Order: sequence, then C-alpha cells, then structure tokens
Amino acid sequence: MNESPSTPRAIAGERKVIGSRHQRSIIYLDNVTVDFDGFKALNQLNLIVDYHELRVVIGPNGAGKSTLLDVISGKVRPVSGRVVFGQATDLIGLREHHIAALGIGRKFQTPSVYTTLPVWDNLDLSLRRKNKGVVATLFSKLNSEESDKIARTLEAIGLTKKSQVLAGQLSHGEKQWLEIGMVLLQDPELLLIDEPVAGMTEQETEKTGELLQSLTDTHSLIVIEHDMEFVRQIAKTVTVLHEGTVLCEGSVENIQNDPRVIEIYLGRHKETDAPV
Amino acid sequence: MTPESSFTSRLASAAAHTGAGPAFWIAGAILFAGVPLLNSLPDDSFFHVSDFTLNLLGKFFAFAILALGIDLIWGYTGVLSLGHGVFFGLGAYAMGMHLMLGIGTEGVYGNALPDFMVWNQVEELPWFWKPFYSLTFSLAAIVLVPMAAAATFGYVVFRSRIRGVYFSIITQALALVAWLVFNRNETNLGGTNGLTDFKHIQGFSLNEPSTQLVMYMVTILFLGLAYVLCRWITQSRTGRVLIAIRDCEQRVFFSGYSPASYKLFVFVVSAGLAGLAGALYVPQVGIITPNQIGVLPSIEMVIWVAVGGRGTLSGAIIGAAGVNFMRSTLTNHFPELWPFFLGGLFIAVVMFFPKGIVGLLRKASGMIPSRKPNSERA
Repeated sequence: MNESPSTPRAIAGERKVIGSRHQRSIIYLDNVTVDFDGFKALNQLNLIVDYHELRVVIGPNGAGKSTLLDVISGKVRPVSGRVVFGQATDLIGLREHHIAALGIGRKFQTPSVYTTLPVWDNLDLSLRRKNKGVVATLFSKLNSEESDKIARTLEAIGLTKKSQVLAGQLSHGEKQWLEIGMVLLQDPELLLIDEPVAGMTEQETEKTGELLQSLTDTHSLIVIEHDMEFVRQIAKTVTVLHEGTVLCEGSVENIQNDPRVIEIYLGRHKETDAPV
Repeated sequence: MTPESSFTSRLASAAAHTGAGPAFWIAGAILFAGVPLLNSLPDDSFFHVSDFTLNLLGKFFAFAILALGIDLIWGYTGVLSLGHGVFFGLGAYAMGMHLMLGIGTEGVYGNALPDFMVWNQVEELPWFWKPFYSLTFSLAAIVLVPMAAAATFGYVVFRSRIRGVYFSIITQALALVAWLVFNRNETNLGGTNGLTDFKHIQGFSLNEPSTQLVMYMVTILFLGLAYVLCRWITQSRTGRVLIAIRDCEQRVFFSGYSPASYKLFVFVVSAGLAGLAGALYVPQVGIITPNQIGVLPSIEMVIWVAVGGRGTLSGAIIGAAGVNFMRSTLTNHFPELWPFFLGGLFIAVVMFFPKGIVGLLRKASGMIPSRKPNSERA
C-alpha cells in the first residue's frame, strides 16, 4: 500500500547533494523568494542558523515570518533560491513528511494536537520510527525503549500526571507544551516554533522559556515570537524580518536600539507591534 | 516462516488481542445460532422468527458490513464518502452476474444468455461476463473489483489533496456517474431493471428457506469477521493515525506520516467491505438495480452510521440494522412517510445526539469508554 520512503536512508537516496559554503550551519537559506500571485512574501531572503543556536525571528505582521517556516518545512515552495539543511541537503521540492523525517520538527502557532486521543497517544504517534508507512504502523508495537522515551518527554513537558487525559481537555498552555513534546519525539535536529507563548499566563511563559533554552544542548531552534519580554528571556541572536527580507540581525539590545527597527515598528504600528 | 504465514499468524494473534469482549461473543451467538433456532420453532409459537423476517435480518446485517466500512473512513478518519453505493454495487453486480449465468437455459426465453440480453438482441455474451461463470473468479471479483476501483479513484483524489466537502462532492459525482453507466442498456448489465430472476446458488435453489437460512448465517459470519478486522485496525497504531488525521491532518504530515497513504488504505478497505456487503445482499434480496447503488442510497448509508454513532464500530452495526428495520416497518404501514422520517432522523441526530445511539447509551449508563493504560498496551 503505497509505502512512503520515510526512512532516513531511503530519503538519503533522493537527496540532492550540493555543496554548502557554510559548513557549520544547520539551515541556510540562500536568496529565497516566495511569490504569492505577485506578492513577494519572501524577497531574496538570506538566513543562516548555526548548530545549537536558538534564533528568534521577529517582525511586523506580514513580514514573512510564518512563510519562512513554511518554506523550511516544505509547505510552501519558493520560486527561486536554495534551502540547505545540514551539510548538503537541498529541501526544495521535498514533501512535508520527508522533511519531517530528515529531522526538522515544526510547532504550529495555534496548538495542533490530536484532541480526541490521550496525551500518551499524541506523543506515541509523534515518536520517530524507522517506517511510518501504513502496513508497518499496523503491526508496530511499543517497545520499552520507546516507552521510556515517551515517559522522559512527559517529564520534560510536565504532563506526566496527565498522560491518559484526552489532549482536547488540556489547558491552552498544556496543549502548547504537548505539541512541543510531540515535535521533540521526532528527534529533530532543527525545531521550528511559531509563537509558543501566545495566550499563555506569565508563569507558563517563563516555564516555556526554560524548556526551550534547555533544548539548545541537543537541538537548534528557530522561534517566531511577538512577546518582547519573552524574546529578552530566551534570545541571544534576533533576526528582524521586514517585507520578506532580513532587515537586521543581532543581540536584543542592538536590535531594540536600531533606528531601522524602531522605524518599521513605531512608524507604522504605533500601538500594536512595538518592541518595548 | 514465509511472509504469508507470518501474516496470517499475526492476523490471528491480532484478532485474539483486539479485545472483542463478551458482548461481541454473546451478540454473535444470538445472531448466528439463536435466531436460526427461533426460526426452527413451530409457526404458531410466540417466539417464532419467520423465514421472511430471517431474510430481512440477513439483508440488514449485510448492510451492517458496509456500514462498518463507512465508519472506518468517516467515523474514524473524518473523510465523508458519499459514493459507497458504487462499491456496494460493484460487489452486488459481480455476484449478480455469477447468479445470472447460473440461470442457464431456465430463463423465460430458454436461451443460455441472460433474458435481458435476449430482449436487447445481444447475440453473444459480452467478454467481461465470461469469467463470471467461475465461482472462484466471481468471489474474488466481489472484493477485488471495488477495492481496485477505490484504489484508482482514491489515489488520484488523495494525492491531489482533495479533502473535506470537496471530497464528498466528488464521491457523490462518482455515484451519479455509476448510476448513469449502469442504467444504460449498452453497458450490458440489465439497464434500469438490473439483474434479477436468480434461480440458484451452487445448485441450491434460492427460493428454499434452507438456502436463505445458510445465506443468513454466512452473512452473520462475515459480519463477525468484518467487525474483528475493523476492530483490529482501529486498535492498532494505524487506527490512531486515522483518528489523528480526523483531529488535525496538518500535524500528521509533520509527525512524518503521509495522510494520503492512510486515507487510501482505509478507503480501499471500506470499499472491499462494501463490495462484500453487496455480494451478500444480492442472493438474499434477489435483485440489484442501479437505483440501489446511486446517489440516494449512498447518502442513506452515511445516515445509518450517523444514527448508530460514528467512530464506534458497534454503532455502525446498530445504525445499519436499526434504520433498515424502521424502514421496513414504516414502509409497510406508511410508505409515503419514510423519506420525511429519514430526513427528520438525520436532523435529530445532528442537532441533538451527534454521537448517535451508542453515544446516547453511553451517556445514559454514565459509562466512560474504559481503556487500558497505554503504557501497558502492546
């Protein structure tokens, strides 16, 4: 039944191996343009994120932040440019589940979990497995190693006690953590995280920040966020997007004092998006 | 161990582990042995089940097999197919063709060709009819033809990421196309009148109550097997992926599964079940016409599952049998009221008890579906 070659090895066969000048980068976007019927959501964008880096991407509405994640995760196909993952994998043209299997996990803006399945099953389905085709999944059984892994993740996201609760009954913050847990179980090298603390209480926000920072030991992260207080808590390097291109990059202090950043935020959306 | 034997042994152990509980065995025993036993009581006994009722029950439970398939794709996976009448029809016509050829020269015209062909002045048996002389071929075709049709159609549709209401509309169009094609005399499948006047099956007269009794028992047997198969699928990790697709297809992609493959799988399985149901229906009802496989019956099939309770396998069976029971009762006494009743029932389900009869029963008994802790589950 139409087995998809989702094993890393099978995909390696399909990899378009290309040289990368940036040997240390986990992801390298080279001159990427995305065109939605004439509107350039990304315009010759260049972005490099290193291994074990936590990069925060900010920018006013419509700057192309979500499109950036869509391009990396294969949801949107650019008209030109290259997206290089790791040493030499061109992601352009690969389907979402292939890219996920390569080691790029994505957490959506609105919590997207399987609401009518228990927390445990949500995590179980997300676990990285060699073969995720229909037949293999029909016969696959949970081994103790996988079970331990799920238990450890439950611990990390603080949901051990709720493992049998239906995901739809969790609070908003808990759903967000569950989704982060689901992404983590895919063993991604790179995590794409879209507005993780939107709608969270102050306490939840802080906890989320700690969780994300603890991940940089083993992962690289790209986080999109509006909440500047949260950005200050977690960010070392911030990239500011504006009209589909990178406006500037640097530490939180540098960014906040950059006249161009102040201009795009304060000049246009005085009340809404101002970085405080 | 050959792959095949390991597959069957896995299937057997899976069936044993599906946790088909005591209710399954009790209901199965009542339907398989109890009802035929009541049928053998003297006619004047209060508990006597008449041959007519037994035959009706056989029809209802053939429909229940189809309902299980619809429940897999709609109740579990959230993909609403309004074209399952087509797959039912393919199975039914495959069986009908075999029975038709079995009539031989006993037809009205005494010709080896089916009567409608003589009527339509067809001189020679069309090529696609010929293999249906063979019982083995016909039995295989009953399941494989609908599955192949579903695989082809599903592959194109799911690959193109057609989903939601668009998928439903396309499947409805499929049902309309099938209806039109089967209606044409040139298709050589009996046109509007369909296939009928069957005489016997493997030498046994279809008019004999004993033959019908065996057909009923065969139907119950296949219903039991279909239930175990569906239960095995829904309890497996694949079953949980199906629910995940229903809950949040976008996340399924990013969890590394290809939803299209899973939807195709479940669509093909449900088409096979629909074909099986059609094949069991034909010898018990004695006729299959395009009107039984078109748009309207396809929608009605979905209503059975909605009424019974989608996303629960017992609900699909209860819904199919229950709605059809009401249909026979009502159409006996108030034939013109049935469409209004069916429509009203559907609206009532959607508005007042979206989880169907099974949902109501669970609520009434305060029963929370008990699950073993997953960490202990294999």
